Amino acid sequence: MSTTDLNSWILTLVTFIPLGGAVLLIFVPRRDRDIRVFALVTSLLAFILSLHLPAHFEHSQTGFQFEIDQPWIASPNIHYHMGVDGFSMWLVLLTTFLSPLCVLISWHSVRDRVKEFFILLLIMQTTLIGVFTSLDLFLFYFFWEATLIPMALLIGVFGHARRVYAAVKFFLYTMIASVFMLAAILWLYAKVGSFDLIAVEDAIRKGQVSGFGTAAPWLFLGFFVAFAVKVPLFPVHTWLPDAHVEAPTAGSVLLAGVLLKMGTYGMLRFNLGLFPEQSYANRSWIVALALVGIIYGALVAMVQPNMKKLIAYSSISHLGFVVLGIFSFTSSGLNGAMFVMLAHGVSTGALFMLAGIIHERRHTYEIREFGGLAKPMPTYAAFFLFIVLSSLGLPLLNGFVGEFLVLAGAFRAQAVYGIVGASGVIWSACYLLWMYQRVFFGKVTSEINSNLPDLGGVERAALWPAAAMALVMGVAPLIWLSSIAPAVENTLVPFARTVANVVKQ
Amino acid sequence: MNQISLHLWLIPILPLLGAAINGLCGGRLSRHAVAAIGVAFCGTAFLLVLFVLSHFFALQLPHIETYGTWLRAGAFHADYGFYLDELSMIMLLVVTGVGLLIHIYSVGYMWEEGGFHRFFCYLNLFMFFMLVLVLAHNYLVMFIGWEGVGLASYLLIGFWFTRDSAASAGKKAFIVNRIGDFGFLIALFLLIKHFGSLTFSEVFGSISHLPSETAGAGLLTTVSILLLLGATGKSAQIPLYVWLPDAMEGPTPVSALIHAATMVTAGVYMVARSHAIFDRSPTTLTVVAVIGTLTAFYAATIAIAQTDIKKVLAYSTISQLGYMFLACGVAAYSAAIFHLMTHAFFKGLLFLAAGSVIHAIGGEQDMHRMGGLRRMTPWTFWTMTAATFAITGVPGFAGFFSKDEILWQASRVNMALWGLGEFTAFLTSFYMFRLWFLTFFGHYRGTTTSINEGDKAGQGPGLLAINKSRTGPVAEPEHHPIHESPKVMLIPLIILAMLSVAGGWVNIGKNFEKFLEPVFRAGPTAYTLTETATQAGKTIGGATGTELLFTLTSVLAAALGFLLALLLYKIQPDLPARIAASFRGLYTAVLNKYYVDELFSILLVKPLLAGSRKILWQGVDRRIIDAAVNDTAEGARRVSDSLRHMQSGNLRSYAGWVALGAAVVIAYMIWVALA
Repeated sequence: MSTTDLNSWILTLVTFIPLGGAVLLIFVPRRDRDIRVFALVTSLLAFILSLHLPAHFEHSQTGFQFEIDQPWIASPNIHYHMGVDGFSMWLVLLTTFLSPLCVLISWHSVRDRVKEFFILLLIMQTTLIGVFTSLDLFLFYFFWEATLIPMALLIGVFGHARRVYAAVKFFLYTMIASVFMLAAILWLYAKVGSFDLIAVEDAIRKGQVSGFGTAAPWLFLGFFVAFAVKVPLFPVHTWLPDAHVEAPTAGSVLLAGVLLKMGTYGMLRFNLGLFPEQSYANRSWIVALALVGIIYGALVAMVQPNMKKLIAYSSISHLGFVVLGIFSFTSSGLNGAMFVMLAHGVSTGALFMLAGIIHERRHTYEIREFGGLAKPMPTYAAFFLFIVLSSLGLPLLNGFVGEFLVLAGAFRAQAVYGIVGASGVIWSACYLLWMYQRVFFGKVTSEINSNLPDLGGVERAALWPAAAMALVMGVAPLIWLSSIAPAVENTLVPFARTVANVVKQ
Repeated sequence: MNQISLHLWLIPILPLLGAAINGLCGGRLSRHAVAAIGVAFCGTAFLLVLFVLSHFFALQLPHIETYGTWLRAGAFHADYGFYLDELSMIMLLVVTGVGLLIHIYSVGYMWEEGGFHRFFCYLNLFMFFMLVLVLAHNYLVMFIGWEGVGLASYLLIGFWFTRDSAASAGKKAFIVNRIGDFGFLIALFLLIKHFGSLTFSEVFGSISHLPSETAGAGLLTTVSILLLLGATGKSAQIPLYVWLPDAMEGPTPVSALIHAATMVTAGVYMVARSHAIFDRSPTTLTVVAVIGTLTAFYAATIAIAQTDIKKVLAYSTISQLGYMFLACGVAAYSAAIFHLMTHAFFKGLLFLAAGSVIHAIGGEQDMHRMGGLRRMTPWTFWTMTAATFAITGVPGFAGFFSKDEILWQASRVNMALWGLGEFTAFLTSFYMFRLWFLTFFGHYRGTTTSINEGDKAGQGPGLLAINKSRTGPVAEPEHHPIHESPKVMLIPLIILAMLSVAGGWVNIGKNFEKFLEPVFRAGPTAYTLTETATQAGKTIGGATGTELLFTLTSVLAAALGFLLALLLYKIQPDLPARIAASFRGLYTAVLNKYYVDELFSILLVKPLLAGSRKILWQGVDRRIIDAAVNDTAEGARRVSDSLRHMQSGNLRSYAGWVALGAAVVIAYMIWVALA
């Protein structure tokens, strides 16, 4: 197959290979080892294929690439329309990168219903990738809602003690919010006669949508509410800590690593893309919520007695940076926001894997149960520290680049945004290092902790790629930024006039 | 810009390689191999610096090398690049030179310790970041080094991580530094916003067109105050000095390298590097001078009451850094860098010698349990004497020249600054000779149970004792006859002692200042006082009469300090206790460092934690938001319960159902598409 052929089919392949794997897995006999290997091979295959995207990405070209647009259902007018730009391409890669790691981290920790677990994991992967590749609003909404089912099941079936409560809470919280988006999508379809994102955007820009002026603020909110819950933005964040604490490790990794980014991706793509004026008009309170989230998430993280809850609240804080960057409407802010999404996916994904590793040994996340673990588990401690440092934004590691760009952009938009946001650098050091100290330093207090085994081979195999990625992203962020930048410029075009004064000075 | 490339990047990369090797596979190597790697990579970096020095005078300065773009967004970009001029040359020599000596010393000092490879990994990592810091050609690359040395410091302070106090001290250092970094970052954002760049040459180029902000605070005042906040964190000045005394929990070579000779001077370096900004803000310069002087004085008062030998030296370091800030504040940057260099020699030596003392007597750090050690550890005694004479300003020794220069420059700006500086010099002399007498003179006061008592007294057990208690039973003190340290530790002491004696001679005839003059020229409209100072530098020997008078005052202050120490700790050793008894309140306050840490804890840390826990988490999150959500969820759960009854038997194969359902949907869609 030549490259051009592959270019139009690559997104379909990358999206559906995991689903194909899941379907085949139904017929694989219940030998746990085979199932694991099969799931690993499938997710690795999707990852390798997805590398085609950055390898053939045209930096000079604005708009979507690797497009495929086939009319699918005549009435309603639904297209099978996929394509990626600098934003979505990297989110696809983030998903395909984290998925094999999820398989590895579940290698030994999932013992019951192994087959169902990996089937769900692979379906999850397809739905997540589909969210990022869809350029048809119906298709997008389908994948958007479809992510809920495997995730709710992963939590509800394979989770810990309060898993049903957490699963239901997660499901309802995000489902109810999505209804508003559905309403907005249907309104747009009714007026434009197409679900195609590009067609809708075109119609809006050319003013061909009747009644758009009065409806736009509500449409904007419809999308925004769905995304804000997913991010999650303060004060609709309370599903997240519960979902994380109860979720199995792989579920947490995908939840924090990818699923939350659906919200921020949606804001970039739909709120800014379809409703630039409303986005700009609403920026003040959204930025305020983001800033509250940054500080609030960090402060609440600091006092969590549970390691996983702590990481969950830290996600709220980090995602606040993303929203802050997006609604700063500066080039630096948007580039940074996108980079924080990727960096947070890698670092927090790794943090959840690390939390899972200790849970497997001790069956608890309570920080006070630990202490002095650096002695029995030195390699584990070293990995943990490395990821903690990447998460708290040490320069040359991935966390710094995004946060710096976001804050520089926010500061440019409004000095106080940057100042309040920058105080996050203090808080993140506080909660992460304090947690690290309580878990790893001091004397080993309980007998059971003194004999814990250090990392095994599979666990190392899951952690090394994440650690290496954290370093590469920190040292050479241009690999990512150079293809993100065109998408940023494209997104900012409608704001050029509105924001001219802000961008200039 | 320059035709020839010196491959400056090799200088920091070498220690990084050493750190990587020792970090990744040091555990499988022998101690000899670990030590060889650690020292060799640092040593090669030093040789490279000498190589650069040999080409230095043929270079067109500043010599800039860039190696590609680090990050870019919109019009802003930051490159990886290094900047070599007279200032960074001196810093390179000090960092790699003193660094190499301390690496060598550490081989002996840490030989018996667990985690030997970890130690050298961290030490090399520190060298990498410190060299990046001093070589950076823009603020963002400097920030790599700036944060990185903080990390190395965190790791090394908490090296003995099984000890809670060490782990807490490391964390405290990092967090307090982050408060400073917050200021640093905001300053960078301001620079980006107004100049679109963080590269030194571009920023300072744009600034050179701006007038001095004499009329009132403006952009440059804001930027410089924010940078100053960063500097006070790194260089342990008021108000962010609190981490440095705790940092003494780290192994003594670390205290010498990071918390005396190099890292803590990064703030001074940064201010000197940014002099173009500071020069244009008289307000900031005044603040810098006042902070420096107050810190110098304040820390010295605490030093006189400390009983832990390393704590005395820690407060002394804060105090000496205060002198450097004072120098910066009166725009005498050369004097600040000069003192930075001599201080690296003599304070590095003081710590290493103190380490040698601690090593000799089995880990004891309380000076009340020392005494009479000059006969048992003669090399340590004589090298420490050289360092003590240097810091107290005995004429001819290194510190005499540099401190004198600072006070002389201060006197030209404000007599109050000079007066307090001079009084601090007296205090310095007093606490240093107090340390000297208590440690080396009189009778040995250590007892067989000293280690345990040290524990009870809350001083923390001695260093070597810790290791013993970690690896096995506490060794009996008899196993530690008081002994002189091995050669590998003594040779660095001797070299540093020679530098502490002769290091100040480089500025005879103002040669050092002339060397640095191209860096600090600039500042045309800056500050009338700068001009005066520069003129003073030009008319060498012009004002010798007055200068001599000031020098005599300094010598007198040092002599008074010596005499008072001699009286209290040699002639009348029971007098200090009586004085302490009659000023009990004041003495306890000083001994407890004016209770600043406790104040921080009560006013800041505890309310913050309690507020986050009680109000934000349990209040807002649980009682308000979640309660509302749960009401909804409760209703929904009833619905879902009824739904679940319908499929209760199928729970097991949910996964299969989902796959099947998805397959059906997909199949339908494909069918429609084909149809």
